[in-house]
Amino acid sequence: MRSEEHLLVEEQLITAKDTKAEKTTSEKEITEAVLPDKPRCLDEEYEMVYHRPKTMVDVSMHYCPGCAHSLVHKLVMEVVDELGIQEETIGVAPVGCAVFAYDYMNIDMSEAAHGRACATATGIKRLMPDRYVFTYQGDGDLAAIGIAETLHTINRGENITIVFMNNAVYGMTSGQMAPTSLVGMKTTTSPFGRDVMDYGEPIRVSELISHLPGAFYVTRQAVNSATAVRKAKKALMNAFRYQKLKKGTSFVEIIGNCPSNWKMTPIEASKFIDDEMIKTFPLGDIKLPKGEDLKLLEEVK
Amino acid sequence: MKMETKLMKGNEALAEAAIQAGCDAYFGYPITPQSEVLEYLAKEMPGRGGVVLQAESEVASINMIYGAAGAGFRSMTSSSSPGISLMQEGISYIAGAELPCLIVNVNRAGPGLGTIQPGQGDYFQSTKGGGHGDYRLIVLAPSSVQEMADFVFLGFDLADKYRNPVLILSDGAIGQMMEKVTFGKFKPNKVDKPWATVGKPATRERNYITSLHIKPEMLEKHNEKLIAKYEEVKKNEVRFEEINTEDAEYLMVAYGLCARICHKAVNMAREKGIKVGLLRPITLFPFPSEKLNLLADKMKLMLTVELNSGQMIEDVKLAVNGKVPVEFYGRLGGMLPNPDEIVNKLENLIKKNHAL
Repeated sequence: MRSEEHLLVEEQLITAKDTKAEKTTSEKEITEAVLPDKPRCLDEEYEMVYHRPKTMVDVSMHYCPGCAHSLVHKLVMEVVDELGIQEETIGVAPVGCAVFAYDYMNIDMSEAAHGRACATATGIKRLMPDRYVFTYQGDGDLAAIGIAETLHTINRGENITIVFMNNAVYGMTSGQMAPTSLVGMKTTTSPFGRDVMDYGEPIRVSELISHLPGAFYVTRQAVNSATAVRKAKKALMNAFRYQKLKKGTSFVEIIGNCPSNWKMTPIEASKFIDDEMIKTFPLGDIKLPKGEDLKLLEEVK
Repeated sequence: MKMETKLMKGNEALAEAAIQAGCDAYFGYPITPQSEVLEYLAKEMPGRGGVVLQAESEVASINMIYGAAGAGFRSMTSSSSPGISLMQEGISYIAGAELPCLIVNVNRAGPGLGTIQPGQGDYFQSTKGGGHGDYRLIVLAPSSVQEMADFVFLGFDLADKYRNPVLILSDGAIGQMMEKVTFGKFKPNKVDKPWATVGKPATRERNYITSLHIKPEMLEKHNEKLIAKYEEVKKNEVRFEEINTEDAEYLMVAYGLCARICHKAVNMAREKGIKVGLLRPITLFPFPSEKLNLLADKMKLMLTVELNSGQMIEDVKLAVNGKVPVEFYGRLGGMLPNPDEIVNKLENLIKKNHAL
C-alpha cells in the first residue's frame, strides 16, 4: 500500500534523476525513468516503491505504446487518490483517443459527445457544486468542434478542472490535422504540411483562455521526462484543489505525444516535444491565483 | 397541494409546471416563439430551489442536460424548430445512454429559418428519432394551455419510468396563447436513480453514462434492449382523445392546434348532417395505431389535417393498412386553416368518394 514513506522514496527517485536530467530527453534518461533502481516486487521482503493508483482499473489499455494518455490518466487518478476524493469526483470523457477513459478510471464518469465535455461537466457541476468535476479532452475535441463550449464554460468560471491533452493531431481517426497542428506539420489531411495561408496558425488555447476572467489557473505542462511528469502532476493536484475555492476554472494543458500518428518512436516523439512543440507551445504557468486568492489557497492546503 | 387557476401563456404555464413537477435544472437558449420558458424560469427558479442557466447555444444546452440528467436530476430544455435541429446529436446520445429528461419543441414553420408562426413540420423529426441512429422519443402533443402544464408532470414521470427522453411537441400558437390553467392536480413523483454519476462510494461499482458500445455484438444487444423498451412503451402509454366517433362515418385525425380547429369543423359538419368524428392522438409516439385500425372498420373515409405537407398521414395510413381511403388537408408556412376550409374539403371528398 502507498504510504507517506513510499511517496517519499518515489519522490527521491525522481528528484535524483532530475538533478542529472538535461532539458532535452535522451534515450538513456527514459530507460532510467522506466526502470527504477530498486526492483519492483510484491514479495514482503522488498519495499514497495510504486504501484497502480487504487482509482485505476486493472485492465490493459488500448493506447499505443509510448502514448502520453495512459500516463496522464495515471497522474489524474493519483491526484484523486492522494486527495482522497474518489467518492466526490465525476469525470467527463471526450470523443477521441480518451473516449474509453471510463474503462480505466474507477470513478463515476460520463462520456460526452464530441466537443461537448465542458457543457456536460457544467450540467453536472451546477447540480452538484461540491463535487470535483473534471473533463479530459483532446485538441480536436476541445479546440476545434468544442471551442465554443470551452470558451463559454471558462468565461462563466465553472468550478471544474479541464485537462487538455494537446498532441497536435487527431489521434483516434488516424492522424488528421488538428487546430493545434504545428505550422508545416505533415498530417494525413495536410500532406504537404500545414499551410498558414490555408489554415492559419495553431491555436494557443491556454494563452487564449487566460484572458477570460473566469479562468482561475492556467498552465501548460508536458510528460516527456521525469521532471515534466512531476511538474504536470503538481499542476493537476493544484487544479483539483482549486475547485474547492469556487473561484473559477482550472485549466491544465498537457503537451502529449502521438508516436503512431507522428510516425516516430516514443523516444523520437518525446524529443520532438522538446525540439519543436514547445516552440509553439511554451511550457509553464500562464495564469496563477493572486492576492486574496493566494490566502484562500493556504486554507485548502 | 391547493388547486389554483390562473390565466397564462402556454409557455409560461409549462415553465410553472416544470417547477411544480420538481424540475431540478433547466438549460436553454432564446428562440421565438418559446423564449418565455427561459424568461419565466430565470425569474422564478432560483428562489424555488432549481438551477437555471442560459447556455451559449442549443448544442450546449442539450449537453448540459446530458450531464445533469446523467447525474440523476430532473432536467428540462426547451426550444423551437431550428434550435431542436441543433440538439439532435445530443438527443441521440441521451436516448442511447438511456437518460430521462424532458425536451420541449414549440414548433414553428420551416424549413430553415422559416417563420416564427406555428407549424407541425417537425412531426417526422419528433416521432421517427430525429437524430442519427435507431431510437425513439416518447412524444406528447398538447392542444391547450392546460395540457402544456399537465404534460410536464406526465413527461417527467414517463421519462423516469422508461429512462428515455420525452418530447413535448407543441407549436407557436399553443405556446403563445393565453388560457385558463389549473395547477395543483399533480405532485412531483421522483424516483431513485442508482445508475446516476454522483460520485462512486466504496459500496458500489463505478457508474458511467455512455452511448458507446464499440463491439457490434454488444451494440446489437443494446439496440435490442432499446427496441424492447419502445415496444413496452407502445403497449402501455398510448393516449388519445375521441370526439363524436360513436356514430361517425367519417373521421378526422389531427393533433395539437389542428385538433382544436378540427373540433370546430366537426361541430360545423355535424350541423350540416355529416356524421364525422375526430381522433386526436395525444401521444405521437407511441401512435394510436390500434385504435385507428379499429375505427377504420366503421369509417368510409379518414381525413388527416396537419400544419405541414403531410407527415402524420403516413402513420395513419400504416395504421389502417388500406381499410379506408386516407386523405389529407394541410396549410403551410405558418398559415392556419379555417374550420370552413376543412368542412369544404371533407364535403368535396365525400362527393368524390360517392362518385367513385
